[in-house]
Amino acid sequence: MKSEKSLILSKFSASRGNKGVIAAAVLVYLFLYLPLAVVVIFSFNDSRLNAEWVGFTLDWYHKLFNNRDMLQAAGNSVLIACISALMASVLGTLAGMAIHRFRQKWLSALVLGPVAMPDILIGVSLLLMFMLLNVTLGTVSIILAHVSFCIGFVALAVQARMAGMDDSLIEAARDLGASPWQSFRLITLPLLLPGIIAGGLMAFTLSIDDFVITFFTAGVGSSTLPLEIYSMVKIAVTPEVNAVSTLLMLLTLVLILAISRISPQALRN
Amino acid sequence: MLEIIDVSRSFGDFRALDQVNLKIESGEFFTLLGPSGCGKTTLLRCIAGFEQIDSGKILLDGRPLTDIAPEKRPIHTVFQSYALFPHMTVAENIAFPLRMAKLDKTEISRRVAEVLEDVRLPDKANHYPDALSGGQKQRIAIARALVNRPRLLLLDEPLSALDAKLREQMQIELINLQQEVGITFIYVTHDQGEALALSHRIAVMNQGNISQIDEPSVIYSYPKNRFVADFIGQCNLIEGRLEGWESGWRFAIPGLDSIPVQNNNEAFSSGQDCALSLRPEKIRLASRLDASPDECLFSGTVHDMLYLGDVTVYIVELGNGLQVEALLANSAPGRTRLFEKGDAVQIAWRHDAGHLVN
Ligand SMILES: Nc1ncnc2c1ncn2[C@@H]1O[C@H](COP(=O)(O)OP(=O)(O)OP(=O)(O)O)[C@@H](O)[C@H]1O
Ligand SMILES: [Mg+2]
Repeated sequence: MKSEKSLILSKFSASRGNKGVIAAAVLVYLFLYLPLAVVVIFSFNDSRLNAEWVGFTLDWYHKLFNNRDMLQAAGNSVLIACISALMASVLGTLAGMAIHRFRQKWLSALVLGPVAMPDILIGVSLLLMFMLLNVTLGTVSIILAHVSFCIGFVALAVQARMAGMDDSLIEAARDLGASPWQSFRLITLPLLLPGIIAGGLMAFTLSIDDFVITFFTAGVGSSTLPLEIYSMVKIAVTPEVNAVSTLLMLLTLVLILAISRISPQALRN
Repeated sequence: MLEIIDVSRSFGDFRALDQVNLKIESGEFFTLLGPSGCGKTTLLRCIAGFEQIDSGKILLDGRPLTDIAPEKRPIHTVFQSYALFPHMTVAENIAFPLRMAKLDKTEISRRVAEVLEDVRLPDKANHYPDALSGGQKQRIAIARALVNRPRLLLLDEPLSALDAKLREQMQIELINLQQEVGITFIYVTHDQGEALALSHRIAVMNQGNISQIDEPSVIYSYPKNRFVADFIGQCNLIEGRLEGWESGWRFAIPGLDSIPVQNNNEAFSSGQDCALSLRPEKIRLASRLDASPDECLFSGTVHDMLYLGDVTVYIVELGNGLQVEALLANSAPGRTRLFEKGDAVQIAWRHDAGHLVN
């Protein structure tokens, strides 16, 4: 009898504890997503002011798609993100394999350094380097900058896959008659692919919404979506900004979901 | 034929292989047996080409292998972890070495089907390795290594991940398979029972050296030294000194009578310190024994016992404190033990039952 009673009691207190946890979680998620929700809602608001709900409209999206500067910046952003993600995927894969091969902790710390470093510092130092090397600021310098901070993510995702892979697979391939290149192409690469894709998508999302580093390395000629949004916001936060932000958010969300499906461990770092 | 001549391999200061010499005949089931860390895997990796040798030579049919890349050697390996490619189906796994050898498609599918039949898993062709049991993975790994007919098949503890029942079944299958295909097997294990059961010949390794190479029955009955005697099966090692008399060789055990022994091939000389290795199952045990003239007899007390189901092991302490292990079969129905701790017993063994080792 007594044990039954205490069991009920413990269940009760557990459910009370659960309620507390749920309440806290709801608050945290509200805190995280309320500002985003506001942006989304006002992007459909039929008013120039982000103050009160007037009515539903798609005007701002219509306007957005007629804004040539904005479209060009968006195109530029996508181009930069694609190229940086691709380059970061290749270099990051090599780096990830090297980290695994040499089993040195400091190598993985170093490749992730730029991620942990304050963006502003990286932006300034890249700007300095480009000046020293006489690189004209523009799309190329932005891409180089983005590649440098994206490599770490791919490397980490690839290294995680390598660590989960049985080393004797490669030896088995060689043993059964595959040249080093064949064993890389037929065994290593297919097994690393989920990690590479996840890392590449991560690089894409990081590149497409980077502001600080891009700001320092863009120069005058070229612009990206975040830079364009910033220049618009300097005047006022218009619903058009809300609309473009909503689209950017949607894209990021889709990519993050894709990554978590392809390679859950890539998001863990 | 594989010849390993004076092969050494060090890792830093540590000598994993120390001047190893071996000659393995074509069609042989040859086993490398030894305790963990004695260099079995290292030797196998040297043969496969994954490990460089510091000195010496490895010859396959008289041709040195040293500068040949692993993929160019007609040698395939069955890995302990199976190393099946997880992103390929069973059929694709088995086809892999054939693809690398650039065989044409119809020939590949014919040989894959054939070898799947050999390992009795034809219905698993389109499964992925994850969906197979341990024993099935093992068979596929062997099929994959055999399908391209290597000159030599290396197996590194292939059965160690299986449970005891399945292991025994796989041992029988391995023996049959090796007989069928006639390919030379080099088998690595640290399980002496497995080595005795499977092999034509066994090389017992110890700390990078080869202690003895012989047929299983010779290894078991005539171990060359204390290490081999102790490592293979249960064994009493009785320390003493060999003495030569006109009447024959005698073995003097400190604190006990000297006993007649065999000195095979006059391997030991008079006055030499050595040990008498004596298998527990060669010792007779009873409360009173009538020893025949070709037996020696000792009295002692039961010090301990171990009931093992089919047999009971008795540890008998002799007059000088020497402890000897003897084995009695529990063949009578319902009988689990004949003696209790502290019982006075007698033990006897034939003069030729023991074997001198150094
Ligand atoms: N790459 C290496 N670097 C350093 N030491 C090594 C290396 N490979 C093997 N060794 C050492 O060489 C010795 C022999 O190793 P090996 O793997 O050949 O043993 P083994 O007989 O196969 O043992 P086990 O039965 O445990 O598999 C071990 O002491 C091991 O630590
Ligand atoms: Mg080993």
